[in-house]
Parts: sequence; C-alpha cells; structure tokens
Amino acid sequence: MKENSNGYLQKYFTLRKHNFKVALKKMKASKNCYIFLAPYAIIFTMFYVFPVVASIYFSFTYYNILEPPRFIGLNNYISLLLEDDIFLIGIKNTLIIAVVTGPLGYIMSFLFAWLINELPRWVRSVAVVVFYAPSIAGNCFVIFSVFFRGDAYGYVNAFLMNIGIIDNPIFWLTDPKWMLPVCMLVILWMSLGTGFLSFVAGLQGVDRAQFEAGYMDGIKNRWQELWYITLPNMKPMLMFGAVMSITQAFGVCDVTMQLCGYPSTDYAARTIVTHLFDYGFSRFEMGYACAIATILFLMMILTNKAIQSLLRRVGT
Amino acid sequence: MSKKRKKEIEEKPYRKPLVKKRKPNRSIAGDIALYLFLLLVAAIMVFPIVYAVNAALKPLDELFMFPPRIFAKNPTINNFADLFVTMGKSWVTFSRYLFNTVFITAVGTAGHLMIASMGAFVLAKYDFPGNAFFFKIVTVAMMFSYYVTGIPNYILINKLGWIDTYWAIIIPAFASPMGLFLMKQFMEGLPTSLIEAAKIDGANEWKVFFRIVMPNVKPAWMTLIIFSVQGLWNNRASTFIYSEERKTLVFALQQIQAGGIARTGQGAAVLVVVMIVPILIFIFSESQILETMASSGLKD
Repeated sequence: MKENSNGYLQKYFTLRKHNFKVALKKMKASKNCYIFLAPYAIIFTMFYVFPVVASIYFSFTYYNILEPPRFIGLNNYISLLLEDDIFLIGIKNTLIIAVVTGPLGYIMSFLFAWLINELPRWVRSVAVVVFYAPSIAGNCFVIFSVFFRGDAYGYVNAFLMNIGIIDNPIFWLTDPKWMLPVCMLVILWMSLGTGFLSFVAGLQGVDRAQFEAGYMDGIKNRWQELWYITLPNMKPMLMFGAVMSITQAFGVCDVTMQLCGYPSTDYAARTIVTHLFDYGFSRFEMGYACAIATILFLMMILTNKAIQSLLRRVGT
Repeated sequence: MSKKRKKEIEEKPYRKPLVKKRKPNRSIAGDIALYLFLLLVAAIMVFPIVYAVNAALKPLDELFMFPPRIFAKNPTINNFADLFVTMGKSWVTFSRYLFNTVFITAVGTAGHLMIASMGAFVLAKYDFPGNAFFFKIVTVAMMFSYYVTGIPNYILINKLGWIDTYWAIIIPAFASPMGLFLMKQFMEGLPTSLIEAAKIDGANEWKVFFRIVMPNVKPAWMTLIIFSVQGLWNNRASTFIYSEERKTLVFALQQIQAGGIARTGQGAAVLVVVMIVPILIFIFSESQILETMASSGLKD
C-alpha cells in the first residue's frame, strides 16, 4: 500500500517536472512575446496590481506617511466594522445605491440599446449620442443642484408647489431623507456608459439568420425573440457590461460629494469611497483608508462572481 | 412621389424595395408606443445638457431671473468672453493651462496606444505560458476605480519622485486596462492566416506588428484614443500636481466655477467647455467606436 502511494507520488512529481520543463521550453520559444508584453506588464503591475497588494498590506498597519508603517494586525478592520458608525452608514448607503442603480442602470443600458437597435441607421447614431452623452459630460451633473435647489426657486420645488403636491419647499440636497434618492436619480441619468456602447455594438452583430429560424420555430413576439435569441447571443457583452456596472455602482462618490456636500448633513450621503477619501486624503490615516479600500475591493470581486454565475443561466 | 423617383423605380425595379419588409412578429401599435417612449426618455436625458448650454448663453440678468427660463432669450457669448478675461488675469496664463492638458493628453494617449497595442497583439495572437492568467488579471483590474488604488499609487509616485510632474498622470495612463482589453478583443478577430502568411514571407514579429496588425485595427486605435483622451482631459490631477503652472485646464476651470455667485455666468460657461470636448470627439468617431465595441464581450 505504502509503496503504491509512493509510486503515485513519484509519478505525480515526474509529471509536474515534465510539465514545468515543457513550460520553460515554451517560454524560451516565445521570448519575443514577453518582450512585446513587457512594457505594458511592468507599468500595469506597478500602478494597478501593486497598489492592490500594497493596500492589503497597509490595511494591517498604522501608517500616516510620516512614520514608517507599524503592524497592528486586524485592528483597522475591527474598529471599522465595530466602532466606526459613519463607515457603517457608508456601507449601507453604498449598498443601497449599488443595489438600486447597478441593476437598474444595467437593465436600462440593455433595454435602450435593444430598443434603438431597429431604428434606421442615422436615427440610431443620434440616439446613441443622446443616451451616451450624460456619462461623458464631465461634471455636467452639477446642473442638477439647480433643479433640486432647496428653496422655492428650484425647478422641482416650484413645479411640485404649483401643482399642489407639497406646500413647503423640500430641502432635496440637505434633508437626509431625500439626499440618496436624488443622488440615485442623477447616477441613473449617467449610467448609460461603456456597457451601453458594448450592447449597441453587440446587438448589431447578432446573426439575422437566427431570427429567421426563430420565426419558423414559432417565436410569437419580440419578448420571446429577446429571451431565446438575442440574449443568449449577447452573453459576452452582458458580462462586460456587468463589470462596468459594478465599477460604477460601487465607486460612487463624485456625485454625492458634489451634490450633497462633503461632508454631507448627518453623513447621510456618505459612501464607502467618500469615507476612504476622507481618511486617505484629508486625515492621512493611510492604513485605515487601505482597510476601507480592501473591503470595497472584496465586495466588488464577490459581486462580480455572483453576477457571472447568474448570467450563465440567461436564455435557458 | 416625384417623377424622377418613379422613373428610377420603373427602370430598376429590383434595386431597392420601396417598403422595407417588416419583421413578422411586430405590431404597429407596439412600435409606435415604443418610439414615443424612446422620444420621451431621450428628451429627459438630453434636457440637463440643453439646460447647461443655455445657461452658458444667458446674459446675467436672465441667469437670475424669476421664474427662470430654460431657453436663453437673448443668447450672448459674454460668459465665455468673461471666462477668458478671468483666465487672462491669473498669473498663470490660459495658454499654459491648455498646454498642460494637451501635453498630458497627447503623450499619455500616444504611449497608451503603443504599449497597450503591443501587449494586446501577443495576448491575442500567440499562445505562451501566463497568457490567459495575465489577461484575467487585466479584466479584474477594469473594476478598480481610481480611489481604490489611489493611496498606494500616491505613495509609489511619491517614492519615484514624480509628485508635481506630468509623469504622475501620464505613466499610469499608459497601462489603462480598458485599452488593452478592447484592443485584444478586437485583434482576436484578425485572421491568423494573415500573420502566418507574413511570417512565411520572412517578416519578424516587429514587422508583422507594425506593417500587418496595426494598419488593420484602425477602428480600435480610434476607440483607444477616445477613451484615453476622455480620461485624461477630465483628469483634475489635484492630488498629484500642486504647482499652479502645471495644473490642468479642467482643474483651473473648476476653480473658477467654485468662485461663488458672482461667477455664475462663467461657471456655466466652464461646464460647457469641459463637457463639449469629449462629446464632440465621440460624435466624430462614433462608428469606429461601435465597430470596436462589437468585439468587447467577455467570455467566461
């Protein structure tokens, strides 16, 4: 018995060794490939991979840039999750924003891409510009602070008072009750971004013959067509769009900071990223900020995994 | 129908069907309802932008008028002129800010295009150990927002001594994961036989890359350029650059915008200047971008 398992082990290691040798040979043969990839790989590692690793490392330390980092174990995480009430508000807000604007923005992106798909060519081009423009319009969203002004001069207040729904102006951007809904509205306005472009382009590429075949097989309306033909064809784009949506939904901070102020009333519009910004760039508690970044990072990766497994079921 | 058109149809009856064949499973009522809905949504989407442009065109008395108007009654370009005057008064000239932004954008984009295309080429067309793994990391990295990596980035750039130089913005922009991703996906559509044929004719990898691959992926170039320009143009870079003479145009403009109620008109003008550049670039290159995005899918 023992000899037998030893034999297996030995075989396993010879196999490993062999595989390794083959890989080494392949690497030598494709030396040129590495030379091509090297400039990108080096810069990418420095500014995108290293920061994540460093973030995880610093999250276990106390670091304020002036003194060298001091290892303090899990203390940052413990105080984040158990003592920092504002962070918990931030998590709650981010989750609310992500759960509402993430899926809704994603569905909107697809829905509008799908609806404009059948328009004539030039109308479609105009429509793409109209829908995509808000997401690249810089900080144009600050115009919403004019619409949602807290006094009777704001458009929304004036409109609602004129038709008699409210008597007194609502402080849209300073009343904790209304801050998040207004921000979410603005985020939705900006949510037709890169994912939307990907959908528009992907829909154009769906093979027409499949639709013809579908009509033969008795697909009755456009919804069946969508579920059984279009969506399965769009799976790769849907995956890409999901990644884009997650980035947007969890990274919210510009909108809330510029519309509701920084810090906002009662921290009611605080998000995880605002909190990170606060500790990293205002208080210079880098270790603590890195712990926030690590938590955010984990949340994003887990969501991405969950969505990918969900999307695998589309069209079945 | 005009006579000319009639004649045309008589002459070449099969050239173009007069009425486009409708898809069999669409109802006219449904179509009309959908188009009305789309029109409504489009109006909502475009309204804030139209409002912003109009606000920039309003003379001062209209800006503070009550009830406020959406469209400017007597449009002027005074706000833009005022903006120019204000910029001219600061000790760093307008042209200097413009130079900063243009320099950062141009160098960052050119380097990004070159480096990302080189990487994308081998990732798409060659099989070597570590290929799939590296690409997977790049796709994950697309999710990182600027703030997640911001702090270690700052520390690293500080260690490299790049604080308060253009390189703090330019070099990280070289390796933006989105560019590599789009380029790689687009290059995969390139027929491998093309590359093999060139190799048989005696071209080495460099020649294949510069003579065969790059000229064939022009739509992807445009897309990369546009995404990179968008990112760099809007980059305020306020954490990395603090010398006034090296600040970007957008940052300077937004400082004017923050100048309070006296700058309302100029602030509105700033908003338009900042947003119009990316939108215009997008309009002029839409078809190329869409061609690239068609291959943007993520396979699992």
